[in-house]
Amino acid sequence: MDNQFTSSAYFQFINEKKLMGSRDVHTNEMFLPPRPVNPKTFGTDMEWVEFSGEGTLAAYTIVYIAPTAMIAAGFDRKNPYCAGIVKTKEGPMISAQILGVDVAHPESIQIGMPLQVSYLTRGEGEAQRVFLAFEPKA
Amino acid sequence: MTNRKLARGVALIGAGMSKFGAFKGKNSRDLFVEAYEEMLQSVDKGFNPADIEMLMVGNYSSDLFEGQGHVAPIMASWVGLSPRAAVRVEDACASAGVALRQGILAIASGLYDIVMVGAVEKMTDLATEKVTDTLATAADATFEIPAGFTFPGFYAAMATAYMHQYGATPETFMQVGIKNHENGSLNEKAQFGAKISTIMEGRRASAAKKGLPIPEWDSELEFLHDDKANPIIAWPMRLYDCSPVSDGAAAVLLVSEELAKKYTDHPIYIVGSGQASDGALHDRDTLTAIPSASEAARQAYEMAGITADDIDLAEVHDCFTVAEVIATEDLGFFKRGEGWKAAEAGETARNGKKPINLSGGLKSKGHPVGASGVGQVVEVWKQLRGQAGPRQIERELQYGLTHNVGGTGQTCVVHIFERRD
Repeated sequence: MDNQFTSSAYFQFINEKKLMGSRDVHTNEMFLPPRPVNPKTFGTDMEWVEFSGEGTLAAYTIVYIAPTAMIAAGFDRKNPYCAGIVKTKEGPMISAQILGVDVAHPESIQIGMPLQVSYLTRGEGEAQRVFLAFEPKA
Repeated sequence: MTNRKLARGVALIGAGMSKFGAFKGKNSRDLFVEAYEEMLQSVDKGFNPADIEMLMVGNYSSDLFEGQGHVAPIMASWVGLSPRAAVRVEDACASAGVALRQGILAIASGLYDIVMVGAVEKMTDLATEKVTDTLATAADATFEIPAGFTFPGFYAAMATAYMHQYGATPETFMQVGIKNHENGSLNEKAQFGAKISTIMEGRRASAAKKGLPIPEWDSELEFLHDDKANPIIAWPMRLYDCSPVSDGAAAVLLVSEELAKKYTDHPIYIVGSGQASDGALHDRDTLTAIPSASEAARQAYEMAGITADDIDLAEVHDCFTVAEVIATEDLGFFKRGEGWKAAEAGETARNGKKPINLSGGLKSKGHPVGASGVGQVVEVWKQLRGQAGPRQIERELQYGLTHNVGGTGQTCVVHIFERRD
């Protein structure tokens, strides 16, 4: 079987600012990131499907001690950021940076708050890459 | 899934560990030898190491921490066990617990009668951000890490979900840290074996000595709320909610049940073993529980023929304070959403009805990641045999449990131990 639901195919869509997952053509269950195999049925008849980009915040943290990739992006103890898990309108949850929230007042960030997809571009030249992010719904 | 029994019984006849801490000038093999020697000395009727038939080694990432892969044969060679089979087992922070399980299965299969399970990690040679990066490879590097998650961050996110769903607060988690530091203050092997109150006094004394203003904290909780004394790592997890970066090793000797009494009149029997796996944190139905832990526990209880109520003490994987609260629910000690109340009420303290992490846990004792699971077994071995010294709990003990988690629960392994005399 030629697996078209690869990580690189997913990230190519992200680069085009499209949030694409997979859908089981038999059960209609949707997966984000796209899965080639439905873990409940073991079915492999999948098709690409575009997600609406709408969701709600399921969990979050404000990261003060950052990994090297985020340090390179300018984050540190004085400039922390919010990472979260977003429950998409379609069902699946996904990890993403959460933009536009008050990281200095973490209690002000509400689980369940409506979010919409956003995209971040980081890196220079060949290393430039678009990252999935979410922000509070306008 | 149906559960099966071991084809034959397995018993523990010896256990030992190095001190956990930051040891400049000691590498993995040096620490491994310390654990090995204490393990040999712990065998009541003496033991000839030549009788060991194979070696399982729990280790997470010597490759990245020390630039050394393929550590199992090195450890075997260094304690004289070549040419016996030596196998490294890696399942992130559950590496040691899974190595134990593989040792059990090796004996239960009938292929070997005597297996040593060693576990080691040397973490402190790397700078903090490199340690953070190395630990992060235990998560999904493709779909989780680009979001900016770190391990403290994952558990912090679980904490926000747990607080939101059940009403716990950051103070709940601080109480777990205070309790584990109290337990660790009685453990000479602990990396940070001091009560929070003792650490506070140390800070005051140090400020006075330097002629700096002496900080005023009315209580341990006030100290833990101080951003300077207890900085945020990933909100709501602060420094004293996080297990430290550690070096350490631990080792146990397993034999087939019928051989046990040859080596000791007080073997500890391994009566339950369970293990389960899972996907990324965002890929689960819940963020306030670790499903692989419940599944591993179910298997272990079923194999042992007992329930959570029968467990007298447990060493659980408190890599972060919130993880201990969730673990006590996953293991069935408390109902969903009740674990935080039990922690606040002192039910998991030394004198509580369900003592958790009498060793000080990963929080105080230290967390050399790939060695921690066997370190937990050393504590249960000592407690069940009445050899835990100043931290021995004075009550009739029959069953002890260890709970070892890899990542955020991509792996969980649970073992149940029984004293029969």
